[in-house]
Amino acid sequence: MNFNELFKESVEEYDSLISGVIPVILVGSATCGKSAGAQEISAAFKAELEEQNVMAEVIEVGCIGLCYLEPIVTIIKEGMPAIFYGDVTSKQAKQLVNDYIIDNNPMIESALGTFGDKQVEGIPNLFDIPVMKPQIRRILRNCGFIDPDNIKHYIAMDGYKGLNNALDLKPGEVMEKIKLSGLRGRGGAGFPTWMKWQFFVDSKEDENYLICNADEGDPGAFMNRSLLESDPHSVLEGIVIAAYAIGAKEGYIYCRAEYPLALERLKHAISEMKKLGFLGENILGSGFNFDIKIKEGAGAFVCGEETALIASIEGKRGMPRTRPPFPTTSGLWGKPTVINNVETMASVSLIMQAGHDAFVEHGTQDSKGTKTFSLVGNVKNTGLIEVPLGTTLKQVINEIGGGIINDGMFKAVQIGGPSGGCIPESYLDTKIDYDSLTMAGAIMGSGGLVVMDQNSCMVDVAHYFLEFIQNESCGKCVPCRLGTKQMLDILTDITTGKGKAGDIELLLELAGGVKDGSLCGLGQTSPNPILTTIKYFKDEYNAHINEKRCPALLCNELINYQVIDEKCKGCMLCFRSCPVGAISGSKKEVHSINIDKCIKCGTCIELCSGMYNAIERVHKY
Amino acid sequence: MSKSLNEILSTFNGNKSELIPILQDIQSSIGYLPEDAIIEVSKFTQVPESEIYGVATFYTQFRFLPVGKKHIMVCKGTACHVKGAPQIIEGIERHLDIKEGEVTFDLEYSLESVGCLGCCALAPCAMINEEVESNLTLKDVKKIFSRMKNNSNDKES
Ligand SMILES: Cc1cc2nc3c(=O)[nH]c(=O)nc-3n(C[C@H](O)[C@H](O)[C@H](O)COP(=O)(O)O)c2cc1C
Ligand code: SF4
Ligand code: SF4
Ligand code: FES
Ligand code: FES
Repeated sequence: MNFNELFKESVEEYDSLISGVIPVILVGSATCGKSAGAQEISAAFKAELEEQNVMAEVIEVGCIGLCYLEPIVTIIKEGMPAIFYGDVTSKQAKQLVNDYIIDNNPMIESALGTFGDKQVEGIPNLFDIPVMKPQIRRILRNCGFIDPDNIKHYIAMDGYKGLNNALDLKPGEVMEKIKLSGLRGRGGAGFPTWMKWQFFVDSKEDENYLICNADEGDPGAFMNRSLLESDPHSVLEGIVIAAYAIGAKEGYIYCRAEYPLALERLKHAISEMKKLGFLGENILGSGFNFDIKIKEGAGAFVCGEETALIASIEGKRGMPRTRPPFPTTSGLWGKPTVINNVETMASVSLIMQAGHDAFVEHGTQDSKGTKTFSLVGNVKNTGLIEVPLGTTLKQVINEIGGGIINDGMFKAVQIGGPSGGCIPESYLDTKIDYDSLTMAGAIMGSGGLVVMDQNSCMVDVAHYFLEFIQNESCGKCVPCRLGTKQMLDILTDITTGKGKAGDIELLLELAGGVKDGSLCGLGQTSPNPILTTIKYFKDEYNAHINEKRCPALLCNELINYQVIDEKCKGCMLCFRSCPVGAISGSKKEVHSINIDKCIKCGTCIELCSGMYNAIERVHKY
Repeated sequence: MSKSLNEILSTFNGNKSELIPILQDIQSSIGYLPEDAIIEVSKFTQVPESEIYGVATFYTQFRFLPVGKKHIMVCKGTACHVKGAPQIIEGIERHLDIKEGEVTFDLEYSLESVGCLGCCALAPCAMINEEVESNLTLKDVKKIFSRMKNNSNDKES
């Protein structure tokens, strides 16, 4: 069967599923959805359908990224638009079967939005709701709409059309299109993709490799995971196109082992590709051969760095080496190697499907296209988002994120992970593009956005990242191995009330040394969290050092827990739950906390905060 | 699930580059990397034991002691940290009376922390065997453990 026939067949199959008489129930079952109970929801639908003896197809799909509303279910009935429901419970699943599938009442009060040409009175269009409106979904276009385990769904959405288009062109022409798209690497540094490819092509060696970097080590980011779980073929198609454009013979996907579902989906997707001739010998009859192997990471952040990643595939300790030579001249097994991020690959398939003109419609002069971000931390609407590059941080946090949870106050947004920085309120008009973020002292990174409210302590955040980096340093360079340890020790002193005058200056001095004296990006950028917090939140450092006060009331050594007498109702809940018996009091009498016994575990405050709010953290000094 | 060491090795050629996948397969089958296994792998791949240990200790995934029947991995990523992961970890440590990286006496539970589980939007989270528990509170920690205890009692009786 040639590609056009396959496309037609896939479209027919998908259409008959979506527009058929049998209702379809899509259950968001990526990792987030699963942890929120997607499997129970699927089971509840199936059980009720059987109970009522009605036919409907229940399909597990990826996710649309509204993680805070998981489990999310989409119901498609003949003559109706697709309707999305969030926070679905098993009880609601039962109700939806009876009220909507059987009785045609779409339960508008529980609906999130509709998708499709038709409207339902009382339900907004999904893409008009505030969290969706500012987003442009290109990379994530299929996520949540197709069955990631069914290649034909992907093909019906114009999938592999990009590859088919590419194979009609000469490799150099494909490269030209990527150049015209202005695509820059999505893995962190933003290096122009075509240029990296050109270096590889110029090295002209017969044996060579293409690696897709799915290590996603930035703690607090999950864009790559979600994409691989929801639409693996969009990444795989990009890899094959890239291989064709640069003449690569063998491909690898290096995926972290902490993502079991993504790995499973990838394995399945690759086997489907082989069956249909998108991978292996003579791809789509073009004479081009290419194969992809999966390599599982073994839990080392530094292995996201390209030379460490290569060492790891070679079976060694994942330690970076000096560059040059760059991997494009001497990489895996000493052969030319291109390494690109997951989202870079998905952008390649998008560009070849929709055209480079469509790609450059969004973005800024120097940062083209859209970019996915994981928006997490203390915002209301946490999830996976996609916006045009050049969108401001404010728009992302306030419009898409819906502002701070519990009507709290914004303090900072951490962008770029351990190599990035904390950006304060006064910089929220900063545009999200490679260059503006670097100017603000952060980096674009891979796309993690962690929002922090007034309860986050900026010295603690710096401490957190340094601890992470110090653990993950491979140990090769003395400044990185020992310098980060020294900086961590100083930060530990500051957060535990042992800070001294001159500590800030010492931190800055060490930061300079570590930055200049480290071999790889991990060490070189490790001072960024410290530098930005000192730059924008120096008063917090000063309060810790000079007054032994943690303004956010977070650092345990500098605070005490106490009962607010006027609010305590003597319910005895905290008394019964304190793990060390530090609380005394009897029924209906004001309780009190013995600060010598209290280990500051937080149990009492968590319990009381939902009821009387009678326990608070106070400054010790 | 558990294959013998020979069965595992027979699926490989013995190239040095297979070292990490070999160790991964052994660990996923046996639960950890026993000393005997390392000796066999060394013979099979011609890589000295010292070098195998060098590689295995570099990666956080590899363990040299068995884990509990329920292996708990608490996320220490940024999003989880901001949402109170440190208190959750301490809570679990208190509950099980072990520290991070340890196993309970009855080999029922073991506790580890990880960089990120990729479920950051529903932070703080933890993975217990392959299931992710999200939006954890200290109260949930208690509930989860009493649920697991009941389940295993059910099975035994
Ligand atoms: C410590 C460190 C960790 C990194 N982690 C990742 C990662 O998890 N994923 C990724 O794509 N790139 C990561 N990178 C960047 C890669 O080295 C490389 O630049 C990138 O994969 C290139 O892909 P791109 O050009 O498509 O962006 C990391 C770099 C460093 C220094
Ligand atoms: S900078 Fe740090 S992580 Fe990078 S090579 Fe040097 S020691 Fe290793
Ligand atoms: S913080 Fe923990 S130890 Fe202290 S009083 Fe509350 S429950 Fe007890
Ligand atoms: S719901 Fe899928 S990424 Fe969170
Ligand atoms: S930060 Fe905890 S799951 Fe990502």
